Amino acid sequence: MYDMSALYEAKSVQDAVRLRLEHPEAQIIAGGTDVLVQMREGKRAGKSLISIQKVNEMRGISIDEEENIRIGSLTTFTHITNDPIIQQYINVLGEAVDMVGGPQIRNAGTIGGNTCNGVTSADSASTLHAWEAIVEITGKNGVRRIPIKEFYIKAGTVDLRVEDGEIQTAILIPKASYENTWGHYIKYAMRNAMDIATLGTSVNARLSADKKTFERVRIAFGVAGPVPMRALNAEAFINGKDVTLENIEAFGRAVLQDINPRDSWRASKAFRQHIAAESAKRCLIESVKLAGGEL
Amino acid sequence: MAKNQYQLVTCWINGREVEQMVDVRASLTDMLRGDFHLTSVKKGCEVGECGACNVLIDGECFNSCLYLAVWAEGKHITTLEGLTGPNGELSDIQQAFIDETAIQCGFCTPGFIMTAVEILNRNRLYSDEELRKLLSGHLCRCTGYENIFRAVKKTMLRRLGMLDDPFLNT
Repeated sequence: MYDMSALYEAKSVQDAVRLRLEHPEAQIIAGGTDVLVQMREGKRAGKSLISIQKVNEMRGISIDEEENIRIGSLTTFTHITNDPIIQQYINVLGEAVDMVGGPQIRNAGTIGGNTCNGVTSADSASTLHAWEAIVEITGKNGVRRIPIKEFYIKAGTVDLRVEDGEIQTAILIPKASYENTWGHYIKYAMRNAMDIATLGTSVNARLSADKKTFERVRIAFGVAGPVPMRALNAEAFINGKDVTLENIEAFGRAVLQDINPRDSWRASKAFRQHIAAESAKRCLIESVKLAGGEL
Repeated sequence: MAKNQYQLVTCWINGREVEQMVDVRASLTDMLRGDFHLTSVKKGCEVGECGACNVLIDGECFNSCLYLAVWAEGKHITTLEGLTGPNGELSDIQQAFIDETAIQCGFCTPGFIMTAVEILNRNRLYSDEELRKLLSGHLCRCTGYENIFRAVKKTMLRRLGMLDDPFLNT
């Protein structure tokens, strides 16, 4: 038995918005792999829950009329990894979420939950930042869309307005982000499974037609600061440069101007800086290879 | 303290349609063990780390400790008890666990076997590395992982007709 005071089950998005307005104190629960653990730990003990588990209209992946890749917030990690649209256009996202927890957790956990938690270590978060994902939020006033960077306010807090009955309903990857672009993610953790990232690095690259020049490189980190973050100085350095190993190594060093990791029991600041530079380099090398470039 | 909240759940458990009134606070583990006496579903960590409570829901593995019983509405749930034949005959994967001595204390066994069922039902040939990743959601505190791995691998090869391949069956 879980120590909850009440359970409200939403049957549709509109139902969820209504329940949220009626019960502003309640916690939203999707896949349950975080909320139920926190409830068991006592952190959320005695709270009431609004379950959106049965809101099936929020599941699945499609390409919308504006050619965005649309990922319903309730889509599980396993379904993202196995989805043909993801595999064709943004394979790195499928690979990143395939490193969350273990197989049963990936069958239950959702990308919406992963982002609404607002934690910096979420395996999907750095890739979504690096691909400039758009978060779709539905509330009593309708739908609003904001860049994922603005969705993260601070550690553990995201831009969902309870007073407007808001829930996150989808994550969109714009065509401008995924077109002709290849990426790679490295999760550095102590174990190969059932572990939280010490550092997560996601890089994607678009090369010029002759594959000799970096047209657009984007990089984002998880656990390099209190929320997932881009490394804009490193991006500015590499864009327009020739595709060479020297430039990629300098790019790796440049990320140190951008990131601000902390000392924690998982790893020291110095160690995180070391793996950030190394991961940035390795991710970009892999992205260049996937894009058909040569080094 | 709010008053107790109950809900009627209709689902299929091991092929049989059932109806059960459940407390909304109950996990699926609570329901399967308490109401249906399916004690292969073990209570281990109860926070989704150990995999001892793993069951199949519509063909996918879930830690039933992190799944509310009311979410089972309309679902097809399979536990280890659902694998045996009408006269208690063991399935191939259960027999393989015996043959490979993949059981020591036995507490992790039902969970491991249900993950093996999900893997084997895909009828795909996985590399050793892939199989290890697919089995990584379970803890065996007797540390008998190698025998468990071998039982799953041999059953995969047997089903694919590749058990005699000297390069694969090592």
